[in-house]
Order: sequence, then C-alpha cells, then structure tokens
Amino acid sequence: MSPSHPAPARHDGPTIEAIGLRKHYGDVHALDGLDLVAPAGQVTAVLGPNGAGKTTFVKAVATLLRPDAGTLRVAGIDAIAHPEQVRRVIGLAGQNAAVEPALTGRENLVMIARLFGHRGDEARAAADVVLDEIGLTDAGDRAVKTYSGGMRRRLDLGASLVGAPRVLLLDEPTTGLDPRTRIELWESIRSLVRGGTDVLLTTQYLEEADQLADHVVIVDHGKVIATGTPSELKTLAGRDVVEVRVRDGHDLGDVAALLAPLGTEEPHVDEPARRVAIPVERGTAALTDAVRIIGERGIDLDDVGLRRPTLDEVFLTLTGHPAVEALDPETTEPSTHGAPAPHTHGAPA
Amino acid sequence: MTAPLTSPTSASARSISASIQAPARPPGVWATAATYATRTIKQFIRTPQLLVVNAVTSIMFLLIFRFVFGGAIGTGDVAYVDFLIPALAAVSGLFAGGAVGVAEDMESGLFDRLRSLPIPRPAVLLGRSIADTLLNTWGTVITLVVGVIVGFRVHGGPVAAVGALALCIVFAASFSWLMIFLGLVSGSAQAAQGMSFSVFPLIFVSSAYVPVESMPGWLQPIANNQPVTAMVGAVRALVIGGDTEALLGHSTSWFVVRSLLWSIVILVVFASLSARRFARL
Repeated sequence: MSPSHPAPARHDGPTIEAIGLRKHYGDVHALDGLDLVAPAGQVTAVLGPNGAGKTTFVKAVATLLRPDAGTLRVAGIDAIAHPEQVRRVIGLAGQNAAVEPALTGRENLVMIARLFGHRGDEARAAADVVLDEIGLTDAGDRAVKTYSGGMRRRLDLGASLVGAPRVLLLDEPTTGLDPRTRIELWESIRSLVRGGTDVLLTTQYLEEADQLADHVVIVDHGKVIATGTPSELKTLAGRDVVEVRVRDGHDLGDVAALLAPLGTEEPHVDEPARRVAIPVERGTAALTDAVRIIGERGIDLDDVGLRRPTLDEVFLTLTGHPAVEALDPETTEPSTHGAPAPHTHGAPA
Repeated sequence: MTAPLTSPTSASARSISASIQAPARPPGVWATAATYATRTIKQFIRTPQLLVVNAVTSIMFLLIFRFVFGGAIGTGDVAYVDFLIPALAAVSGLFAGGAVGVAEDMESGLFDRLRSLPIPRPAVLLGRSIADTLLNTWGTVITLVVGVIVGFRVHGGPVAAVGALALCIVFAASFSWLMIFLGLVSGSAQAAQGMSFSVFPLIFVSSAYVPVESMPGWLQPIANNQPVTAMVGAVRALVIGGDTEALLGHSTSWFVVRSLLWSIVILVVFASLSARRFARL
C-alpha cells in the first residue's frame, strides 16, 4: 500500500454486509452461503455452536482468509478486492489473548498502536488512553506475565482499540474465562464500545449475546438460520414456558405426565435440577391449571413459575439440537435428540 | 438485564473515539519491521530461560568438541580449536531458535492480529529476521570470547577477522529465513523444535567439525558441495590465513564467493516462500 493512500471514506450503509459467502476446507463447508447484515451503530452477535462457521466468518471480515465465493463489504469497502483498506478500519481481538507476556501492558499497546500507523508520541498517548479505559493504568508498567487471565483479555481487547477502529471484531471474547471474570469483561466491553464503535462479536454463549448485543444472528452449519433482537428471537420460539421444580426427584415423571396435556410440545425434564419445563399457549391460564393439577395430587413443589423462553430454547427450536450440546464436540456424545453431530460441518479449529 | 452497549449513558462514553484519532496513514516497511524486531529482542532479553539456555548450550557444545572429540579429529597443521571456532561461528544461525519463536507467535494468535493490521505483511518477517540475526551475532561474540579463552587465535590479521565476522552475520541472516519458514509450516512450537533438528545433517555432513576427507568416499561429494562447507571454509580461510588453503583444498576467495552465492540463494528462496506462506496462513 502506498503511504499517500487516502483513508477510506466513511459510509452510511451497514457495517458488515455478506451475501452468499462460501468457504470450504476439503469437504467441509465452513461457510455455506452465509448472508448477514450487521447494521451500523450496533453490537451484532453471531451466535452458534462450535464449528458453526463463526470464526471462519470473523476471519473473512478481518481479511485473514479469502472467501471462495460471495461478496463481503466491511464499512462499505469490498473486503475481497481491497483487504488492505479494510485493515485500516477494523480492530480484532481473537480467541486467545494475543499479548506478549514478556512485555509490559503499556509496551504491548504501544507496539500495536505503531502497527496501526501511530508514530512515537501518538502511539504512547493512544496507549495511555486505552490503559485508562480498561482499568490497567496501575498495572501498565508490569510485565504481562504477572497479569491474571482476565487482565490479559482486557489488554487484548484494548490492543484492538488503540487504532480507533470503526469496526471492532471480537471472536469469542470470553471463551475459557470463569463466570466472574466473564462478567467483568462484559463490563469492559460495554464501556469500551459506548463511544459508538460498531461491534461484531461471536459467541457460543447465549447469555453473552443476550447481555451485549442489540442484534443477534444465529448461525449453524455455515448458514444464518435466524436474526433479530434477543427479544424478537425469543418470540420466534413462540411460547411462554411453565417451569416447575419438585421437592422430590421421584415425582418428576408424574409431574411431566400431568403437565403434558397443558403444553404445545412434550415437557422437558431436567433431572439434576429436578425441573420440568413445558411451552404453553396461554401463559397465565396454563400456570393456574398446572398449580391446581399438581396440588390435587399432593406433590410438593419448591418452585413454580412462568417465563419467556431462553435463547437456549430458541436455538433448540430453530436447529433441532441444543447449542450447549455442541460446546465440546470432542468429548460430548452427539445427539440424544437425533440431530446430526454439529461439528461435521464446522470450520477447522 | 443490562442496557445494550450503544446507550450513551456512561461518563466515559466516547472517550476512546474522542481521544484517539485514527492514524493518518498505515505504517511503512521499516516502521513495521523495527517494531516487531524490538518486541522480539525484548522478549528474548527478558526471558532468562532463553538467554541462559542458549548461552549454556552453545558453550557446552564448544567445550565438548574442543576437549572431548577434538583430540581424536586430525586437522593436519591446524590446531583443532582454530579449526572448530570459525565453524561454530559460521553455522550458529542453524542452531538458533528462530523457528520456535515464529511458531509461538502463530500459536498465540499474535500473527492473526498482525495480519489484521494495515501493515505490509512481509515486513513482520523482515523484523523477525533482523531480530534473529542480531541475537545470533550476540551468540557468535560469546562463542568467540569463550573460544579465545580455550586457545583460539586469529592468524589472518584484523581485516580478515572483521571480514569473517561480517560473513558470519550474512550467513545468520540467510539461515534466519530458513528458520522462519520452518516455523511457519510447523504449526506448533513443539513441531518447530523437532523440525529445527532436520537441519542437523546439513551441519554434520560438512567440514564444520571434521575434515571431509575423513568421511567415506560416497559422502564426500555431498559434504563438499553443500552450503555449510562453503560457509565454514570461507570463515576458516579468513581467520586462519594462508595455511588452510592446503588443508581445505581451495583458495580463500573461492570459498567466500561460493558462500555468498549460497547465502543469497537460501535467503531469496526462503524469504519468498515465507512471505507467501505468511500472507495465506
């Protein structure tokens, strides 16, 4: 790229627009005609199990790989024809904290700032701003090898921001973190992107999409199977759910049988949690009926309630297999539900 | 449930985009190479395991050959220590851990990040080559100092000595690209470690540690016509001076020209292979 090349102009369309995107590795179709629009000014979450094609998609957007077919525009730029221009407007934080343990936090940020094109003082100033934003100013001059896992992820997130990118790409930003650190990182992501940076994040955690995103795209086998706000997607699964927790696990079978006539689908029994959940048509009436029928049998309950479906249930409804089942395809026996093993269509790790 | 990200509620809102201007232009080749080289050198210096293990291994190797094997290896009129030290200096680039470092940066995700940045991509590898060459030169200096302590002397005069050191740096730069390539194709640091051993036949089937004449007849043509023999011969001829020409069988300039040609070939081949590989990792 020539140094006098002008910065790509701002544009008003969607942040990311993919049409018919395909990428295959041998027989494996990591992206199988993926159509996706990430609206400007929003956080878009690409949600799906391991091997659904999420990482392949982010890599295509980040210009780390070239799709076999389809069109891809990032901030209005044709990413296949002009990847070098796309690199000027994106920031990428990957699945691993790609920070150098032997350098200090500040040195890591200055290094990436220089590689974004900042010079001397500019790079140091950008590093200072980001350190402050991610709450690492005090630890900034310590070697990263002394950081906790959460601090490294925050630093990695910060590194993707030192070039003031227009589009932030976060590939499974919290995978492998413990729940508390995950919540801390969510806080960091929230405060970092409030400035109006457009964000594309991938996640296999439904809760994460629910917490962070305005717009959720559910992907499976390299294709988009649903899009919408978290609340729209929950409506897609349709029904409210009556959920009952029994005191004695032996009653689970009886309760499931009692509730079955009330529901629109078979009741779902969760033995370890001693819970039965069943989607119903008319929520409040069904709830009253459920309490009455179970009460007449004299079965003790710990809890009973009516709730909206979770994204887990949305996923199950849309794909026929639960997202969690696919979390670890290496060790999980595929399919107590008769669904195909999800990793057979996936991208390589 | 928390508010979506875009609601402008926080006091710190907009501070990143307001406080940092997007850079006016992407970094050039030298800025990129220098930044990555600096990081690589800092990483080396601040990792005591690397520093100590590297120095100890090469000194141990030197001492074992000097005092254990040396007595059994006949090198004519030339003292074995004078035969050995130039060879160690010339091939040190083949012992360097460049491949492992490259594989680590690939595994850690650093290369993915770098490839997402608006940099001239091959400049990253140039930076790695510069860093590896500098670190290698440092290793060569240690070898020379320890060598002098155990009896090594330069007989060829100061100009020839400087020339010999310069050649060692050229060879290290050339071999650094071979190591970068091995690191890029290895896939993991462990595999890179293993692949680094694949250059051992190149080192040992050469005139580096024993005269080629002591090898079986069928092996001699191979040993005589490979890059390490040319490189070792060039450094040795410069350092020891006139006496070696009889021992080595060719003139000093014959070795120097051959060694430089080999260096250029290795550099061009592996630099272009590595650049292509890096672009489509």
